[in-house]
Amino acid sequence: MSLLEITDLTVGFDTEDGHVQAVRGISLTLGEGEILALCGESGCGKSVTAMSVPRLLPPGTTRLSGSVKLDGRELTTLPEREMRQVRGKDVSVVFQEPMTSLNPSFTVGYQITEVLRRHERLSRQAANGRAVELLELVGIPAPRRRMKEYPHQLSGGMRQRVMIAIAVACSPRVLIADEPTTALDVTIQAGVLDVFRDLRDRLGTAVILITHDLGVVADIADRAVVMYAGRAVEQAPVTELFAHPRHPYTLGLMNALPSAAVDGRLAEIPGMVPSPLTDPDECSFQARCPRAQDDCRAARPPLERHAAGHLAACFHPSGDAPHTPNDGEDPPRGGNR
Amino acid sequence: MILRIDNLVKHYGQVRAVDGLSLEIGQGEVLGLVGESGSGKSTVGKCVLRLTEPTSGTIELGGRDITHLSRRAMRPLRRDVHMVFQDPYSSLNPRFTIGQIVAEPLLRHKVAGRREVQERVSAMLEKVGLRQEMRSRHPHELSGGQRQRVGLARALIVEPKLVVADEPVSALDVSVQASVLNLITDLQRDMGFSCLFITHDLSVVEFLADRIAVMYLGRIVESGPTAEIFAAPRHPYTQALLSAAPVADPVRQRERRRIVLGGDVPSPVDPPAGCRFHTRCPLAYDACRTDEPPLRDPRGGDHPAACHLVTADRTPDAAAQ
Repeated sequence: MSLLEITDLTVGFDTEDGHVQAVRGISLTLGEGEILALCGESGCGKSVTAMSVPRLLPPGTTRLSGSVKLDGRELTTLPEREMRQVRGKDVSVVFQEPMTSLNPSFTVGYQITEVLRRHERLSRQAANGRAVELLELVGIPAPRRRMKEYPHQLSGGMRQRVMIAIAVACSPRVLIADEPTTALDVTIQAGVLDVFRDLRDRLGTAVILITHDLGVVADIADRAVVMYAGRAVEQAPVTELFAHPRHPYTLGLMNALPSAAVDGRLAEIPGMVPSPLTDPDECSFQARCPRAQDDCRAARPPLERHAAGHLAACFHPSGDAPHTPNDGEDPPRGGNR
Repeated sequence: MILRIDNLVKHYGQVRAVDGLSLEIGQGEVLGLVGESGSGKSTVGKCVLRLTEPTSGTIELGGRDITHLSRRAMRPLRRDVHMVFQDPYSSLNPRFTIGQIVAEPLLRHKVAGRREVQERVSAMLEKVGLRQEMRSRHPHELSGGQRQRVGLARALIVEPKLVVADEPVSALDVSVQASVLNLITDLQRDMGFSCLFITHDLSVVEFLADRIAVMYLGRIVESGPTAEIFAAPRHPYTQALLSAAPVADPVRQRERRRIVLGGDVPSPVDPPAGCRFHTRCPLAYDACRTDEPPLRDPRGGDHPAACHLVTADRTPDAAAQ
């Protein structure tokens, strides 16, 4: 049994424009100590999928179905009271913008110890000691001094480290990181990604990393799920995914990177993402797909196994010809947004 | 030279955003100005457009000193230099139609009669790949990529000599970014404008720029032809920057040597003495803490670096530490 099992999850929102279906039936698993990347472009449903685990979606307007099981325990139907224990203790979240997630009027130390005192019932002194350890764990120099500082006194990278320290304070089984390095500079990003790697290696924390950045996926993830229009279109161990992308959308994303330019031109993905208001019975990528044929417009391709652990939802997947992401020497690649 | 900046300084109160920067952009050349947040790269762009008043130094546009021109004297020159912003949504007036937005620079500079304006707007929309029916739409009806096309159309319709583009594709998804980057390449080749392209994204400048200048704490630490900078970066900061950007290839990415910089970027209120990078540089030695290295190419080429360790026959290797 996997640590986390999401089965047939659908999530929609009631809006003024009608019912917006953000996630249209996704199933995935997360193993102990695994770093799983959820990737795709804006609006593909990657954040909504992940946030349905700690149930951090707007109550009232959210329509959710399917199952989310942590250690075999169903979370979607858990009473809010018990869910509060799960959040922070079993599942915790690191958001993109640490400045808006930290409370500006409390010291760093207070914000970490508060979590420890509430969830772990530690004494003030024990919580203080543990907080210093946590700041050390995430690579903050002079942690005792930092404890007394306020968020505005820290740099962006340091704030994000504090957020991670808070998130892992109660040794969660699952850490959800939503674009955790997107607001950071590349030289700072590298250090923060190391923190996640380190947490996994030392504490065995499993991580769901939500990102649009394929460079980050290549750097840190064990496995990746590529999402498009609310569905998983491809899922594979990372080396396999980059070496043999099967779905034309995955391939399109890789070829659209500036680093993949051929003769001074980038491969574009024509057209636009389909409307989240409707869902015709067809491949949602067919209108933009260079390989689309009649069958793609007649039915939706199921997510099928192509190799060990490699699933793709395509009637006409790319063959076995290996895809070379980048030829040439060792030029650096940006894309940190 | 279309643009020549000499010893530009811009201080905001105590903050030394740009602190002695010189650069040149030739006819039809694309210069990528690269740096991390707080490096001062956007301030350079604002000074060139005179959106902010430089503290000292000179800015020449097409051979003419514009550093201290009055608003009125600057007005006719605004035709020659235009800006493309990062967020096309907040830079497009939501009350105007796309047609009005694109026509506005023509009307402001009175360079075309009513009929000609309409013709040129049509031609410009076509050039940036927007259908004619977009003319009557408003910015909120457009996607991010379409809005950035409008931003480009508006900047280019008066055929400026220089375009200052500040992170124009950073807010876009990869697939949309690809088409906007292709478009900028095509437009630049067809229209021949020079471009100061400001970005934090190395892969974008590698794709687009003829030359690159790397900024750190208000100064240029290295500049040179794009291919040379990427193949053989000389300044330890450039080396660190290049090594930190992950490659979208797990096999190669996990084998790469990364240069991890210690500490944070120092405050631009009180930049370090000597070399500004010495507090984070793995190779710093005594001289770096006291003497500011000049930006020069000891090999006599056009690839200068501001580092004591770059000599006629030696390039420092920050990864070796």
